[in-house]
Amino acid sequence: MRPHDEENVSAAPDGAPPGEQPHWRRQFPIDVAEDEYRSRRDFTKLLGLTSLAFVSGQGFIIAQSITKKSEGPLPEIDVAALDELEVGMAKVFQYPHEGNACVLVRISEDNFVAYGQKCTHLSCPVIPKPRDGKFYCPCHNGSFDLHTGRPLAGPPRRALPKVTLKMANGRIIATGLEHGVV
Amino acid sequence: MKGSTFARSQRGAIVLGILCIVGTLVVFQLWLLTATMEAYLGGNDDIVIPAALASVGCFLLNFGILHFYMRRLDR
Repeated sequence: MRPHDEENVSAAPDGAPPGEQPHWRRQFPIDVAEDEYRSRRDFTKLLGLTSLAFVSGQGFIIAQSITKKSEGPLPEIDVAALDELEVGMAKVFQYPHEGNACVLVRISEDNFVAYGQKCTHLSCPVIPKPRDGKFYCPCHNGSFDLHTGRPLAGPPRRALPKVTLKMANGRIIATGLEHGVV
Repeated sequence: MKGSTFARSQRGAIVLGILCIVGTLVVFQLWLLTATMEAYLGGNDDIVIPAALASVGCFLLNFGILHFYMRRLDR
């Protein structure tokens, strides 16, 4: 049996008990306690939907991961000639697809490095600064180590995706990505 | 329709308790989603499936709480 409710102060115009009122009237109560209950209940239901949205987000990440794996190995792309860049110079190229800018830097006579050009913070293009030994992101003063791609300063927390390179027939060829998503 | 077995103020307190539990689970899911995205973008795919399973578990818990307890309160 329902206990006596002292907060049940208002009565519907038709005089019928609350349980027999139409749906809309039960959703918009007059009494404070009932109104608080309804609003908390509806907010909780909204959180339930938010929970479902987060599950959908996880599903999206899984779908992206599966798509990436099903694409197979990345293509080999000719980036530049060995003598095209002097020490300390850089060249922007697209890898693995058009629209994914990467940057090749000659750090010494024999060493080249290449990384995705998007800053891992908010995707601004990073600028190579070989003299300082870093990549610099002008948007939020982020910087990355030129030799490893790891973040040195500023808001970025993830390393730049490294493009693996090989030399063949006097050419520099991009062969894949070591870690991360360009 | 039958009246609830709880007084209105009691129902308010109960739904507040449910709200706290569901809210905590949702915040955990938010953290899980951001951490998974961060790991995935960093090239770590291993965490993706376990994180999704944990998130589904949280959702099922939320759904169970909402479905069984809230409906009983509304009765």
